[in-house]
Amino acid sequence: MELAGITKRFPGVVANHDIHLTVRRGTVHALCGENGAGKSTLMKILYGMQKPDEGTITLDGEQVSLNSPADAISRGIGMVHQHFMLADNLTVLENVVLGAEKLHGIGNKARAKIKEISDAYGLGVRPDVLVEDLGVADRQRVEILKVLYRGARTLILDEPTAVLVPQEVDALFDNLRELKSEGLTVIFISHKLGEVLSVADDITVIRRGTTVGTAIPSETTPKQLAELMVGEELPSPETRESTVTDVPMLTVDGLHLSATDSDGVVRAVLDGISFTIHKGEVLGLAGVEGNGQAELVEAIMGMRRPDGGTVTLDGEDITQTPTRKRRESGIGYVPEDRHRHGLLLEAPLWENRILGHVTEKPNSKRGLLDLKAARNDTERIVREYDVRTPGIEVTAASLSGGNQQKLIVGREMSHEPKLLIAAHPTRGVDVGAQAQIWDQIREARREGLAVLLISADLDELIGLSDTLRVMFRGRLVADADPATITPEELGSAMTGAASGHLEHQEETPAEESAEAPGEENTTDNETPEGGDSK
Amino acid sequence: MKTFDKNKLILAVAAPVLAIVTALVITSAIIGATGKDPFHAFQVMLDFGSKSDSQVWIINKATPYYLSALAVAIGFRMNLFNIGVDGQYRIAAFFAAVVGGALTLPGIIQIPLIILVAMAVGAIWAGIAGLLKTTRNVNEVISTIMLNAIGASVIGYLLQDGRLAEKEGNLIHTPYLPDSAHFFEIPTQPKPVYGFVVIAALAGVAYWYVLSRTRFGFDLRTVGRSESAAQASGVNVKRMVVTSMVLSGAMAGLVGMPTLLGVSYNYGTDFPTGIGFTGIAIALLGRNNPVGMALAALLWGFLERTGTQLEFEGYAQEIVGVMQGVIVLCVVIAYEVVRRYGLKAQQRKVGEELAAQARKSDKAEVSA
Repeated sequence: MELAGITKRFPGVVANHDIHLTVRRGTVHALCGENGAGKSTLMKILYGMQKPDEGTITLDGEQVSLNSPADAISRGIGMVHQHFMLADNLTVLENVVLGAEKLHGIGNKARAKIKEISDAYGLGVRPDVLVEDLGVADRQRVEILKVLYRGARTLILDEPTAVLVPQEVDALFDNLRELKSEGLTVIFISHKLGEVLSVADDITVIRRGTTVGTAIPSETTPKQLAELMVGEELPSPETRESTVTDVPMLTVDGLHLSATDSDGVVRAVLDGISFTIHKGEVLGLAGVEGNGQAELVEAIMGMRRPDGGTVTLDGEDITQTPTRKRRESGIGYVPEDRHRHGLLLEAPLWENRILGHVTEKPNSKRGLLDLKAARNDTERIVREYDVRTPGIEVTAASLSGGNQQKLIVGREMSHEPKLLIAAHPTRGVDVGAQAQIWDQIREARREGLAVLLISADLDELIGLSDTLRVMFRGRLVADADPATITPEELGSAMTGAASGHLEHQEETPAEESAEAPGEENTTDNETPEGGDSK
Repeated sequence: MKTFDKNKLILAVAAPVLAIVTALVITSAIIGATGKDPFHAFQVMLDFGSKSDSQVWIINKATPYYLSALAVAIGFRMNLFNIGVDGQYRIAAFFAAVVGGALTLPGIIQIPLIILVAMAVGAIWAGIAGLLKTTRNVNEVISTIMLNAIGASVIGYLLQDGRLAEKEGNLIHTPYLPDSAHFFEIPTQPKPVYGFVVIAALAGVAYWYVLSRTRFGFDLRTVGRSESAAQASGVNVKRMVVTSMVLSGAMAGLVGMPTLLGVSYNYGTDFPTGIGFTGIAIALLGRNNPVGMALAALLWGFLERTGTQLEFEGYAQEIVGVMQGVIVLCVVIAYEVVRRYGLKAQQRKVGEELAAQARKSDKAEVSA
């Protein structure tokens, strides 16, 4: 497979520009680059979801034009998306045959075929379980099987490891090697260097929307690769001096929340959560997504009513306080899903600047909006937080994810919060903006801000936090010292395999010795602090 | 900045122009299909519609339409479909007529009292739907439709000789309002314009001001744009649902007032019905914009006025209904098309401008 001179202009984000990519059959080819470098766009082009403005795609020596995913599938290209596309209330079998009923029917023939594929590549998929009963890693295997079932010989995996803990990543890589040995081609998108080096046969690096080089894993160090990716020294989330005081800012005590799931079963999503964040402290919360982090944030924000426990902010019990009062009394909120909770996509930037702070200065005076002041302040945020936009009258939807996030961070920081809840603050944000957001969190922390940080990026979590907690099935199961802990030690607690106080083991235990990726991740961490934007 | 505003203006004008041109083309085709000359029909409509008695008639017709559209638009801005404006204004006008007919006070007290009763009754009637939605999760479309039917039955029961109404010939109606309750008129030729048009205009201004200049309005619009973002921003979404239904109902309460205080002076079996549904069409046509809805209400009045004349000229009487339907459909589609195009165009533009900036700074870096 060969891509030559691909160029794509795309609203708000880095355009793909003159991309060259050659993938050999029967190999795992890693495509790496920072968030926002244009990897996903390129893959969408390859999968027929987007048409390139320029350039050609050649498959097995034949120049093709892919107009739709159906085209791509018929040519043996399949894609496993970062966000799974499975129907929870159907079984694995039903999910796999959905839309491909013509291939092997929907009955025993299909089941046999699924078994056959599953056994051939060691996927271990059980066709008759409900998808909702499966964990993240199993769901991913179902997605892979879905693609194989449709006859794909080339698989595109978009950031497949983002949702997995280190142990699950290893299992996935075993699957990929299995696929490779059967002659399939895998294109693997990632920005995690350790992973890329451990699984790929070839590496192509994308930076700012264009291919900047290729590498062979055996001859490359993570550092070289990182510099190729970023084009400069890596920024690091690491926090040096401690600013933790002994003044409690947020105290959560015995928080309990039950929710009814789709089957009408009541289960506890938050179970006896207690912790304290002091002034000047960053508390990092690790955990596989869906273990209650989102619910905890919503309970602290007042968007959900807990059935038990108290929340105290700066000495004041806010358990019964409505969301707006909480925000006014100094909680800043960078939501996990900025499109759903942080922005009005079709509203201009200055209206988005008002969102969440409509009762506060400079946005309004005595019940009336102060449009002029709000606009002026939006200009200030755009300037100070380096939001790349041609003006403040454009809609939030026309900005790239990183710039949307900078606007949100700027907005929340403009109201001198006492507590900042930052859920995945740098997800989908390009590397420059990432460093900037880290800087702002560090800066505010120095001035006595308390931060609750939730992130799937373990390096970010370990680097920024003063204290670490691990959340598993609605409970805080472990704590750790970010100065010594490694990502994979954290990972084992995230899967529930370890609990209590996690001590860093100098001599890696036998069952964890196989984990190369995490080790290399820590190397990234040690690269000197740099990239602090102008 | 300037160019963005210019584009915005072009887009804002593009939608209605596109819609009206399309509607004219389709209507012409339909009239043509019935074997008549469409251009003659348009000529007849224009000539007749511009006569001065027609103008007065159109304005008087458009006043309740406009109020009704405002009531619907309050719901729309918040993503609520208040289909029950029809029931709300009728039950409001009925009780206002009953109260007004029973009292004889100086006009300066009597008229505001009648109006307040109407607004309060409309607000309560709509508020029921709001409460049902927030407490029992009943869809407001269902509950307001049901409340329309219930309202009609309640009026039907009470509007009987010996209950709250009296008989006059074939008609049954509530007692006449005293003369002091007659609203002023604007003396125009050949017939006067209802003074209530002033109230309608004020209501339009209030609608614009509250929605776009107050915190409350911002919260309301936020809920309409994204309920999840509104909740995260600290809006009490449930309370906002009830509040906006109440406001919508209060506005609906005004719909019957031009008729009650300016023409009939009672609520009888011949009180106009269906204005609530017309209001939905006009709110759609005017895109919830206070000026847009005023123009739409006038257009509606114009079509109804001139439609009667078309009948005399031998055109099918249904043709005006067809035109109205076609116009609403065209407007809804045209706005959606233009909106999507506008959003895409803006995204592309922002992308291009930023790419240009980036290229410039790249060059600067190289030369540095």
